[in-house]
Amino acid sequence: MLERIGVASVDVLFDDIPSNCRNPKLSLPPPLSEPELAQELARMAARNRSVAEMPCFLGAGAYRHFIPSVVDHVVRQGAFATAYTPYQPEISQGTLQSIFEFQSLVCELTGMDVANAGMYDGASALAEACLMAVRITGRRRVALLSTVNPNYQRVVRTYAEGHALPVDVVEPDAVMLNDGHACLVVQHPNFLGYLEDVDALEKRAHAAGALYVVVPEAISLGMFKSPGEYGADIVVAEGQSLGIPLSFGGPYVGLFATRGEHIRQMPGRLVGQTKDVDGRTGYVLTLQTREQHIRRERATSNICTNEQLVALAATVYLCAMGKQGLRRVAELCYHKAHYAADRIAVLPGYSLPLAGTFFQEFVVRCPRPPREVNAALLERGIIGGLDVSERIDGGMLLCVTEMNSREEIDRLVEALSESRLW
Amino acid sequence: MADSPKDRRYTKEHEWVRLDRGEAIIGITDFAQDQLGDLVYFDLPEPGAQVRQHAKLGEVESVKAVSEIYAPISGEVIEVNQQVTDSPEVVNKDPFGEGWLLKVKPADASEMDSLLSPEDYDALVTIAGEQH
Amino acid sequence: MSEGERHEIGSKLSFDRGRPGRWAVSLPDCDVPLAAMPPSSLLRDELPLPEMSQPEIVRYFTNLACLNYSVDTGFYPLGSCTMKYNPKLHEDMARLPGFAAIHPLQPVEAVQGALALMFDLQCFLAEITGMKAVSLAPAAGAHGELTSVLTVRAFLEHRGESRHRVLVPDSAHGTNLATVSTAGFHCQPIASDAQGNTDLAALSAALDDDVAALMLTLPNTLGLFDQNIVEIARMVHEKGALLYCDGANLNALLGQVKIGDLGFDVVQTNLHKTFSTPHGGGGPGSGPVAVKAHLAPFLPSPIVGQDENGGYVFEEPEHSIGKVGAFQGNFGIVVRAYAYIRSLGAAGLREVSENAVLNANYLLARLRQSYDLPYERRCLHEVVFSGSRQRAKGVHTLDVAKRLIDYGFHPPTVYFPLIVDEALMIEPTETESKETLDAFCEAMLAIAREAEEEPDLLRNAPRTAPVRRLDEAAAARHPVLRWQKGERA
Repeated sequence: MLERIGVASVDVLFDDIPSNCRNPKLSLPPPLSEPELAQELARMAARNRSVAEMPCFLGAGAYRHFIPSVVDHVVRQGAFATAYTPYQPEISQGTLQSIFEFQSLVCELTGMDVANAGMYDGASALAEACLMAVRITGRRRVALLSTVNPNYQRVVRTYAEGHALPVDVVEPDAVMLNDGHACLVVQHPNFLGYLEDVDALEKRAHAAGALYVVVPEAISLGMFKSPGEYGADIVVAEGQSLGIPLSFGGPYVGLFATRGEHIRQMPGRLVGQTKDVDGRTGYVLTLQTREQHIRRERATSNICTNEQLVALAATVYLCAMGKQGLRRVAELCYHKAHYAADRIAVLPGYSLPLAGTFFQEFVVRCPRPPREVNAALLERGIIGGLDVSERIDGGMLLCVTEMNSREEIDRLVEALSESRLW
Repeated sequence: MADSPKDRRYTKEHEWVRLDRGEAIIGITDFAQDQLGDLVYFDLPEPGAQVRQHAKLGEVESVKAVSEIYAPISGEVIEVNQQVTDSPEVVNKDPFGEGWLLKVKPADASEMDSLLSPEDYDALVTIAGEQH
Repeated sequence: MSEGERHEIGSKLSFDRGRPGRWAVSLPDCDVPLAAMPPSSLLRDELPLPEMSQPEIVRYFTNLACLNYSVDTGFYPLGSCTMKYNPKLHEDMARLPGFAAIHPLQPVEAVQGALALMFDLQCFLAEITGMKAVSLAPAAGAHGELTSVLTVRAFLEHRGESRHRVLVPDSAHGTNLATVSTAGFHCQPIASDAQGNTDLAALSAALDDDVAALMLTLPNTLGLFDQNIVEIARMVHEKGALLYCDGANLNALLGQVKIGDLGFDVVQTNLHKTFSTPHGGGGPGSGPVAVKAHLAPFLPSPIVGQDENGGYVFEEPEHSIGKVGAFQGNFGIVVRAYAYIRSLGAAGLREVSENAVLNANYLLARLRQSYDLPYERRCLHEVVFSGSRQRAKGVHTLDVAKRLIDYGFHPPTVYFPLIVDEALMIEPTETESKETLDAFCEAMLAIAREAEEEPDLLRNAPRTAPVRRLDEAAAARHPVLRWQKGERA
């Protein structure tokens, strides 16, 4: 090959690199063979206590739900996992049709007209939704309810920095909007697990001429009214609950849906149905003029991915669960969470400080700092809830899903009761 | 292509304008539609909107490209061609006739004088064509 | 599925399949007392999801997979995508419960293995790129670009400076420009010269103290190493601006040079390109950002650090730009990239870039007889041709691309970079054998001959793919973006 290229050695091919920088020393561990690597990684993995080995009551934006075996079976197939972005549609119909399915499923779940092929995660999808609202309304201020996930609020602020967009945090019972607000963002159920008054909030948003951006929890959509039914203009959500492993925070997929009239302002990939020259139904990337590779600096977003393999997992999950399964999962979460809350509420020293309807998460007030309670729980082989004592005195955000058996919940209650005595 | 209709004037950005009973009818040229390919969407101003000569009045999209449309003359938008909204391909088929984009009430008809004559536009297109 | 059903698979979606009452999963009964349901006004009536059995689902998706080309089925010569082979061990490792089943908010003492892995990868990427600090938070390359530019912005603001422009070469990828806009800067394009380097005169004219940064891809999208990089770095820094590297093409430079040593202040890496994590049909990827010390305080939160006892903790950089994602990045992808680097070591990484560059130059040498080479230089890991010779015969690069499908290859990148007419960008990567490269060359040379003698073969291609050319204009004019009840396609 070197002969064909016409050089004496491969080195010559790198001649444009300044010689004083060439061939640097790279201090990296020596290479491991396959069995050695497998052992090393297994060792590292074993240093982590996973939700597979112990009951988990932690939620707050990532959830332990049942993942049907069929999901990973599909997602592992090389033809899906090692395919490229479907820019050549004739040989990418597997990916393209899957995306069309995903878009359709997200529309049905959220009750909206159109959905994109997926975004990085719920938080960045929310940030992009706020930027979209700014583009559509021509207004500059973004309003978020204080009960929106604090990590999501931080991401919105980071994205808003670019154009110095003011971000206002408003209290649910004192929502003050004016004609400077492009959108009102409501998470439902909210960060602490409780349902918001989504009808009243819709009226406030629209009365001020702002877009209503709703962030539902994906599994809760198996039970609760879809945001499209109560006037949402843009819906974003975290898709991780839909058959995606917890994976220490990623990769996940952001769901993004909107009304038909806003489609040209929507970021992200879109797949449309069409026909080929023989009249066969097929699928293509469409409305690409919104995207970076065509519109470049005037694109709706710089996004280049749709987290496709994760979106595919969610697609298979929703097909597998189907109409009955998703509702069943949601109801199981609801009943189990309420069972846990009822039992904890009567423990001496514990209380439920918040009123309202909740879905799968709720806040308990602990008699000791939640940090200490969690340490005690961990010693008993239980992963406790999130410490939210900064918001609510002694508060711990507990999550109960269909994966927590009655026995596990009873163990939690017992452990909470005992930990009070230390 | 180097044979543009004589009854109108042209811009360097490949728009045309024709006066008809006091109304200015605006469109894009055959060269423009050929360069862009299959047209899929037009973003045009509403009736009542003001347009200014040589300022951007809207956008046209093909499958793989976006291009700005500039106003050949100033004035107020009277009408937008509904056919173009419903079936953008009419502009590919008949850019100088059925594919007209909008009608404008001209603010100053003398603005037409600063535009390219059909012959000058044809010369421009011929050079551009050779470069491709 | 029958042959006929497979042929028409596109017309029948999940909602059209199955039967009411079917589902594919068994769930346990409720083992707790039922709570009172919320008021029905809060609940949905309809949940319009598909109703399929498990065999139906498996057949449907397995048949869909058969319609896809993939690295596991064939060669992708896609420029700037680095479609290298995805090692299967890494798939198993990422699925270990100790990695896949850990919640992002677990107490750090319970996830020391995960934090150690992240910390190590931060160190590896810093070492490879010659930088000081790394954030693994960005979920993709474009996300890494945005993170980088926001970091630069924060750094300048902290210094009390107000700069409004970012310079970007005319060969830049669209994400670069979109990123600059999103970050609130104005984009100014800089011309490339006849050798494919950044035009120094153009750069000099554009550089002033209103410029925040110059964004360069290195090697650039022509596959060429900027021969003036040292001078460019000097010019940029002299004006108080920063030099950012889009690391999409890092595969050419692994072990050959450290980006930081060339004067760059910040670089984003693409784990799904250079570091072998699978493309997934469009993600998930990961775009870690590596910076020099002066930018480290501005990186997004969290970074993995060590406490005084050597235990791992999450840290928030002192002047952090905030968060770019809900948690700490795409850990599942990070695991795969970590495994890749541990399997290769320093010598292995150097071999990667050597073979990547060797393979690309081999293709250059073999294909230049039939395709125009716009820049008379050796390339690095990718080569850009122009289809102008073919266009003179009335055949476009698009047609060449579609005809390659009939020869069993995925087309290269086409019509990018914009500065090359009828561009064909080819990146073989190091994981392709000489036999594959030769077969690809034979196909390309045959197509060049066909372009002269039988151009209709190209214009009507592909003939052998699962579907033929699709009506993209109709898809854009009258978008159908979701399944609708009663509308069988």
